[in-house]
Amino acid sequence: MAEYTTPLRRYYAFYTAGFFVFILVLAILERYGMPPRWVGYSFLFLTIFLYATIGVLARTASVSEYYVAGRRVPAVFNGMATGADWMSSASFMGLAGTLYLSGYQGLAYVMGWTGGYVLVALLLAPYLRRFGQFTIPDFLAARYGGSPARLVGVFATVLASFIYVVAQIYGVGLITSRFVGLQFEIGVFVGLAGILVCSFLGGMRAVTWTQVAQYAILIVAYLVPVTILSYQVTGIPLPQLTYGQVLQKVQVLEEKIFADPAEIDARQHFRQRADAYYQRILTLPESLADERRSLAEQIDALKSSNAQMREVAALERQRRELPATSEDARKYWEDLLRESGQRASAPEHHVTPYPGSGETANDTARVNFLSLVFCLMVGTAALPHVLMRYYTTPSVREARTSVFWSLFFILVLYLTAPAYAVFAKYEVYTTLVGSSIAQLPVWVSAWGKIGLVSIEDVNGDGLLQLAELALNPDVILLATPEIAGLPYVISGLVAAGALAAALSTADGLLLTIASALSHDVYYKVFRPQASTQWRLVVSKSLLLVVAVLAATVASQKPATILFMVAWAFSLAGAALFPALILGVFWKRANRVGAISGMLVGLLVTIYYMVRVQFDNIPWLGIQGIGMEPWLGIQSTAAGVWGVAAGFLTIIAVSLIGSPPSRETQEFVESVRHPEGDA
Amino acid sequence: MSRPGRESYWRRNLQMTAVLLTIWFIVTFVVSFYARELADIVILGFPLGFYMGAQGAPIVYVLIIWWYARYMNKLDSEYGVRETDAEP
Repeated sequence: MAEYTTPLRRYYAFYTAGFFVFILVLAILERYGMPPRWVGYSFLFLTIFLYATIGVLARTASVSEYYVAGRRVPAVFNGMATGADWMSSASFMGLAGTLYLSGYQGLAYVMGWTGGYVLVALLLAPYLRRFGQFTIPDFLAARYGGSPARLVGVFATVLASFIYVVAQIYGVGLITSRFVGLQFEIGVFVGLAGILVCSFLGGMRAVTWTQVAQYAILIVAYLVPVTILSYQVTGIPLPQLTYGQVLQKVQVLEEKIFADPAEIDARQHFRQRADAYYQRILTLPESLADERRSLAEQIDALKSSNAQMREVAALERQRRELPATSEDARKYWEDLLRESGQRASAPEHHVTPYPGSGETANDTARVNFLSLVFCLMVGTAALPHVLMRYYTTPSVREARTSVFWSLFFILVLYLTAPAYAVFAKYEVYTTLVGSSIAQLPVWVSAWGKIGLVSIEDVNGDGLLQLAELALNPDVILLATPEIAGLPYVISGLVAAGALAAALSTADGLLLTIASALSHDVYYKVFRPQASTQWRLVVSKSLLLVVAVLAATVASQKPATILFMVAWAFSLAGAALFPALILGVFWKRANRVGAISGMLVGLLVTIYYMVRVQFDNIPWLGIQGIGMEPWLGIQSTAAGVWGVAAGFLTIIAVSLIGSPPSRETQEFVESVRHPEGDA
Repeated sequence: MSRPGRESYWRRNLQMTAVLLTIWFIVTFVVSFYARELADIVILGFPLGFYMGAQGAPIVYVLIIWWYARYMNKLDSEYGVRETDAEP
């Protein structure tokens, strides 16, 4: 092992040093007048070129190399690759913003996305490595006797991974369009090229080594801006340790700002606005006609009084945006009502757990927090693209150690994310709130132009109140370099990091989907006699098809993208977790039990999600299916019910049926003991 | 490994797994459940409930995994099942 690891360490040390030199050169070039757009292009194309080089160098024609990187990946490097595989654009861009907006509540993601690795380490990774095949459905088939279990496993794998990969490709489109100025749809397909060059030629082998490279870039990009900001604010460049002090300052500022009369006044304006929307909804359809008439009158009045063209244009846009039918108007005003209502309500303190007034509100918040943590953990331990990575280590020992390294590398980012949120909040409270709207920092208007920051002086005092500021969660991470007053090269670096995070996860997911379809469905079920070469051809073609399909869906900009990520976790957890765990730890679990348990878990989760989230699905012609959530649990944590139903079904059905065969019991024995039948 | 050897290996594995999962459960769900009550205790400038979610619990997780890998790798050596790095 040592003779394989040492040169690897040297390569990646050179590589990381080279990357720092590259940043330095760009910083110098920027000093001498290189335009920001070119800095953005340099980062985009150099990093994609780099991944492509690794992808081409690691090309392979061997099945074992293609699916499991030849099982030669040392624990530390597998840990890094898992880290990059794991941390998606949601972790990289979304997490800091979620923590900024929801304070303590956002910690559900920090705990859920790290605590799941305890389940992976203790209950799954060593046993899957001992089993030593290629995919997760492989395990289900071996344990639960044949094709039906395999196919249900494939279905769950493909469903969860596909939802997740669409979210990643969407993220790639956002990054390229924001930083390089490409059109969103073109950005999606540039990103797609970046994904394909890695996985197409070399499969798991190429993906593994690009993911290691991507980890280095994404972690540097994540740490640099906030470390500098921490140094500027506290004098110590360790944001993870210093944000406690800053948090205390934030708490003092919160007390002052929340009680400020101008602040309360601004919220009052939003309250009145919300009430007005509520009135309009009640008096539909007359209110729609009234609204149209009143806008027309205002426009006429303005035009005849020679007012500013801009004001007229604004009103005309309002009139254009007014929905045509009474049904659409209801939805339109309900959204506006919700938004104004949120901005009218008193803000929550950053550190308060389970906020809300009254015991019931607190309890609902707590149940939602705990169940979301549960779903994210179980989903982590069941998402096939993560579990598959533990097939690639050389031994069971290395698999165990590798989970430790995975979580270690992941923690570097996750322990920093809350610091981002707190530093950003401190900056907003000290430099933005209460200052004159005419003289806000440049970054506010820069991000305002693309709609990530919006400011509205509702009470007309010319000063910015907290309630008048609306931030998109992604902006916290993206704007930190500018908040800290750093040159554009650091913003470019952050974009490269975000791109690395999205690409690496997308790579892992696409490969998982392609393997499930080619290895499990095509080779194992339909054509067991297929030749090695032909299997790889099929796998690569499927990879291409799935990638294009995912990019096409992503370029439609599905509206519920953030929900989709949480759904993927619930779906994977409910369908796969119970069957995998009981497969190792309960010999009595049998085939019928496992298959029905997977199906019941999946169906319960989908049923709950759909009925809680949607009231009607227009393209299926379904209406009025909405229901009250059970115990107030939101659709993002639907997996709580699915996982429970899955476990109960497997246990009950298995106990009714007969115990599994002798061979199956021996198979379980062999997975439990490292030396097995050798 | 003989049959009794296998059984005691598996039993010790299960015991350690159960102990570590209990710690995991307490740190995650019990501590979070009482986060409101723990808000008055302050550590490094953080209220304890917030600190546990942001740093405490994740650090405990990584320690649990480290300990389990160490324990099991030792157990493997003790029962003479230390595999080679080749394909099993």
